[in-house]
Amino acid sequence: MKAKVSVTLKRGILDPQGQAVQHALSSLGYTGVKDVRVGKLIELELATNDRAGAEAEVKAMCERLLANTIIEEYRIELVE
Amino acid sequence: MTAPLRIGVLVFPGSNCDRDCHEAVTQVLGAQADFIWHKESRLPPLDAVIIPGGFSYGDYLRTGAIARFSPVMTAVIRFAEAGGLVLGICNGFQILLEAGLLPGAMLRNRSLSFICKDIHVRIENTVTPFTSRCKPGQVLTLPIAHGEGNYYADQATLSTLKAKNQVVFRYCTKDGAVTPEANPNGSLDNIGGITNAAGNVLGMMPHPERCADALLGNEDGQLLLLSLLDAVKSRKPALATT
Repeated sequence: MKAKVSVTLKRGILDPQGQAVQHALSSLGYTGVKDVRVGKLIELELATNDRAGAEAEVKAMCERLLANTIIEEYRIELVE
Repeated sequence: MTAPLRIGVLVFPGSNCDRDCHEAVTQVLGAQADFIWHKESRLPPLDAVIIPGGFSYGDYLRTGAIARFSPVMTAVIRFAEAGGLVLGICNGFQILLEAGLLPGAMLRNRSLSFICKDIHVRIENTVTPFTSRCKPGQVLTLPIAHGEGNYYADQATLSTLKAKNQVVFRYCTKDGAVTPEANPNGSLDNIGGITNAAGNVLGMMPHPERCADALLGNEDGQLLLLSLLDAVKSRKPALATT
C-alpha cells in the first residue's frame, strides 16, 4: 500500500512562502483566497498491506524524521 | 608537557565551512584540528567539537534533518551529554536543533531570501565557554550566510531560554539596540545564538571562523574562538584526572 504524508507549518507559524503565493494569486485576480499554506507531499510505497500497522509505522516516521513537530504538522493518508 | 589541544571538525556531505573552521582552529588557536567524517560512530579523544556550516545532505527535507541521523551524531550527543564542548555554526546550529541538543527549530528567513552579509550581535551572556572573553553587552560584527536562520521556539521554551540565560547573541544595530530592523531573518526575539541549559553546547547562525584573522578584515570572531580555547584549557586538568 501507499502512504501519502503531507507536512505543513503549524497554524500560528508565519508561512512567508504561503503569503507570497497568496499575493501572487491576488495579483492574478484571485482575490477571494483568504490564506495559503505551502507544504510538502511525501509519498511512501510500503511493503505491507496491514493498515493499522502501516499507520502506526508511518506516524513514527513522521515523528522521528518526516516532520519537525516543533514547527510542522502532518497528515497521513493510506491508499490501497 | 601537555598534550596538544584537539578540536574535532565534523564533515558531512555538503559541509562547506569545514576547512575554514580547521584553519581557524590551527592558525588562530594553534590547536590541533581533526576532520571527523560523518560515518564515524566514535570520536577520538577530543577537547571540543565544531559542527561547521554548509548544506549537509543538500538541506533535503529540512536543514540538518538528515545529518542529525549520521552515525557521528550519536557520538556527538554522548560527548555533549558528558559535558563536552560543542559549537554548531550555521548549518551546525540547524543540526543541533534537529538533534534535540538545543531547543527550538529553524524556519526559512522571513524575506525568503538567502542572506549573506555582515550583521551585528549583542553579547547577552558572557558566562559561557564561548563568550568569556567578551564584555556584557558588547557588540560584535559577524558575517551571516543562510536561507534558514529564522529561529523559532514556543512561548514556554522561550521563557526557559530567557530564565536560564541561554540566549547568547541577539541581532542588534551597530550601537547595540535590539530592534526589529536589526533582525536580518525574522528570528524570534532577535535570537542569533543559544546554548543548552548546561551551557556546554552553543548554536549560532553567524560565522566566527570567517572573521578570526586580520587578513580577513575582521577579527571579532576571534573573541569567541579564544574563549573556547580558554574553556578547553581550564577543563584540561580536570579531564586528565578522570
